[in-house]
Amino acid sequence: MHKNQSLNRNTQHIERSLHLCCVWFYLLRRKLVNGITAIHGIPTGVSFHVHLVRKEGCLIETNPLPHGGRGALPSEGGSPSDLLFLAGGGFSFVSSSFFFFVRMLKIKRVPTVVSNYQKDEASDESVGCGRNCLGACCLNGARLPLYSCKKLENSGTGEKLVISHEAREPPVAFLESLVLGEWEDRFQRGLFRYDVTACETKVIPGKYGFVAQLNEGRHLKKRPTEFRVDKVLQSFDGNKFNFTKVGQEELLFQFEAGEDCEAQFFPCMPLDAENSPSVVAINVSPIEYGHVLLIPRVLDCLPQRIDHNSLLLALHMAAEAANPYFRLGYNSLGAFATINHLHFQAYYLAMPFPLEKAPSKKMITTVSGVKISELVNYPVRSLLFEGGTSMQDLSDTVSDACVCLQENNIPFNILISDSGRQIFLMPQCYAEKQALGEVSPELLETQVNPAVWEISGHMVLKRKEDYEGASEENAWRLLAEASLSEERFKEVNALIFEAIGCSNQEEELEGVLVQPSGSVNQTGNRTLGGPITNGTASECLVLQ
Amino acid sequence: MSITQSSASLFSTTEEKEGTFNARYSLWIKEALDELPHSFTITDPFISGHPIVFASPGFLKMTGYSREEVIGRNGRAFQGPKTNRRSIMEIREAIREERPVQVSILNYRKSGSPFWMLFHMIPVFGNDDGRVIHFVAVQVPISGQKMRNGSGCSEMVFGSCRREVCLGSFVHQERALPVECDEQELENWEHCEASESEKLKSAEAVGSVLSVLTRYSEFAGRLVCGKRNCLRGADCLSSSLVISLGRIKQSFVLTNPCLPDMPIVYASDAFLTLTGYKRHEVLGQNCRFLSGVDTDSSVLYEMKECILKGQPCTVQILNYSNRKDKSTFWNLLHISPVRNASGKTAYFVGVQMEASCKDIESKELRPETRQLSVVGAVRVAVRSSFMATC
Repeated sequence: MHKNQSLNRNTQHIERSLHLCCVWFYLLRRKLVNGITAIHGIPTGVSFHVHLVRKEGCLIETNPLPHGGRGALPSEGGSPSDLLFLAGGGFSFVSSSFFFFVRMLKIKRVPTVVSNYQKDEASDESVGCGRNCLGACCLNGARLPLYSCKKLENSGTGEKLVISHEAREPPVAFLESLVLGEWEDRFQRGLFRYDVTACETKVIPGKYGFVAQLNEGRHLKKRPTEFRVDKVLQSFDGNKFNFTKVGQEELLFQFEAGEDCEAQFFPCMPLDAENSPSVVAINVSPIEYGHVLLIPRVLDCLPQRIDHNSLLLALHMAAEAANPYFRLGYNSLGAFATINHLHFQAYYLAMPFPLEKAPSKKMITTVSGVKISELVNYPVRSLLFEGGTSMQDLSDTVSDACVCLQENNIPFNILISDSGRQIFLMPQCYAEKQALGEVSPELLETQVNPAVWEISGHMVLKRKEDYEGASEENAWRLLAEASLSEERFKEVNALIFEAIGCSNQEEELEGVLVQPSGSVNQTGNRTLGGPITNGTASECLVLQ
Repeated sequence: MSITQSSASLFSTTEEKEGTFNARYSLWIKEALDELPHSFTITDPFISGHPIVFASPGFLKMTGYSREEVIGRNGRAFQGPKTNRRSIMEIREAIREERPVQVSILNYRKSGSPFWMLFHMIPVFGNDDGRVIHFVAVQVPISGQKMRNGSGCSEMVFGSCRREVCLGSFVHQERALPVECDEQELENWEHCEASESEKLKSAEAVGSVLSVLTRYSEFAGRLVCGKRNCLRGADCLSSSLVISLGRIKQSFVLTNPCLPDMPIVYASDAFLTLTGYKRHEVLGQNCRFLSGVDTDSSVLYEMKECILKGQPCTVQILNYSNRKDKSTFWNLLHISPVRNASGKTAYFVGVQMEASCKDIESKELRPETRQLSVVGAVRVAVRSSFMATC
């Protein structure tokens, strides 16, 4: 063993390291590890870096210590619940076994554990399920509150309704109380892998105000599983982890788009496969307080791909929460989705995301009134969809665009913002670049994968030095790697416009730059970028 | 687009809101402000809902509302479906960060007709404690015509498309545009830039209002000013945190464990109603004033232990109210530590639930869930408030 010089002499640490030694021998005997590569002394105790053999068993790493510490654990593998070690061996290990294979692009990612029941590969689930999951074994008699949200008006009348009770600062909406109340309940029951509110966070000084968080416990540092990143559409694989395997205690409530003009709540509704329920579950590795997963039609086992109904459901949730600081996000396969089972994520962060502050330039308005703009002066080239005669129109337009991207194998992320009034669509190519070895080592070392929240401007950093040295330039540089190039973005836009039936509107293309005044300092001389097809489009930039 | 109102309930609210406004300044403040020709509103972030507590005659004339219809409303009431979402976000963020903002925005009159105006808002700070006392917002109608449909701006590629408005007429290079656009047009404009003179007017108006407030606050012995002259004290919450907490309708308090004797630093309106105390009577006090002779001391001990350990706990405790009947009530109290952005415990939240209202209505959240939702909402608010970039 190589002893790290900075091992703390504290008795508590000695005790803990003895304990860990016992654990390590236990694991060695069980052939779960085949060697220690390093020992580190860290503030909360001692950690070992190990070469981990891929096995059954969910390795719960706890750094910082979990709240409550009584997380529900699968019993397979016999991992003790207070196991305190980091595995994976750091970057050097990672890089040496990485970039490869011409035939099938793969990268070894460090997936986030979103459920306490997540394992790293197929396992024999049929063996003795006592886990109160969503499979046929446990579903009988299960009950879960149901929130049925109100029928969405078209945006004209809908807005009127919103106005009358937005006349005051709106009180906490019912849905918000439900989400927060249930989340706090699970929080106090210790179902999360760590206390996210104990993770230091700050706004990085700069024009955009990127948000950085120091969270050493979010990503399991174990031998990463393989995950095809070159295909956006992949079939559902029941053998891999999916949300029918979560424990029912991780579910907060069922959610559906109702037919009434008022929302309805049923505190004790049966969870019935025949109703094809959609559920809201906790994310046990939260990025912020209140981090949940919206899983449309969970029992139907849909793969991670956008369809019209599901996106509309997500919009319903955003509108119902009625809080601009509650956003929903989506990662396609290849854009750092962790699980190939259709899901959206959502959480509260009471400040604007940098993505939301970026100026936009209008491109077209569809026949259904949806305005499509492109973002200006943001590291990731993105489209912004808003308006529409109804929320359904907005949702359908974005869904059409997503289906087009999926069919063209272009990975993308979606951010639903402003209580469902604004939808950002961000095509990206980071995973491909990573697999081809085109991303610089410094960026890779941060182990930050640019998924929807990172692209929006919320960066979770695993290493203290990355957090201390976080700057807008660094964030920008990382995100810029994920962005499509100018030319490629234009190609993709053309595909999208054709798919949504706007390809004949090029002559109406206008560049109207809307810039927020205030802290974001803009240069005035931005071109539309590239020739307009018929050469007569007028551009008008307005600065405030 | 008119605001729905129920005048009966509003009337008492109007008096209450205006009452707190009057309390800060010396007599005749309203009359002095009424004399100013400008359109402006003054809001109080420390009242739940961040309502308007003063509206100038100029504002009422511009929007077509009466005073009773405006006092107590949040400024958002004047926005509508075509109001630019970015502008709304800008204003919201300026409030959250306690800084000035100047933005063009589309508003709606009582009649429903839209109009563009330059919205210029500043925070007004207490000189002695550094906290935001009010926000002053000035509205200057913009008469400049910005055709946003592309064809009118073909001569401009870069730079701003401002048209200078001089004395009500303006010069356009290629063709004359009508001064009055129909309302449909107005709503479709992406943006409407204010002219330099309009911006000057707004700055001037803000200055006038501020000097009246300063003068009358000085008379009252509690000076306000346009700049923060001292750092906010530890027992003073930022206005953005207070606004967030004001959205929570249940009874709860925030106490600060880092201050001696762990005083209350925030009390919700519902707490005051439940306990019968006034806000100034409870702020700065430890919660023990709610206990009395028959309060079980072992329960108090249990609470203290949990607080020391930094753990949440729920206890049932007999409390003594200050209501007219001085009645006691059983309080199902939940306490939990709350961390801020640094990750350290900044406050404890105490959520009170009168034990008698434990009847579960079938369509509502369970009381336990509702109680925990308060904790959750407080956690979100506290964690985010310390991340403000100011």
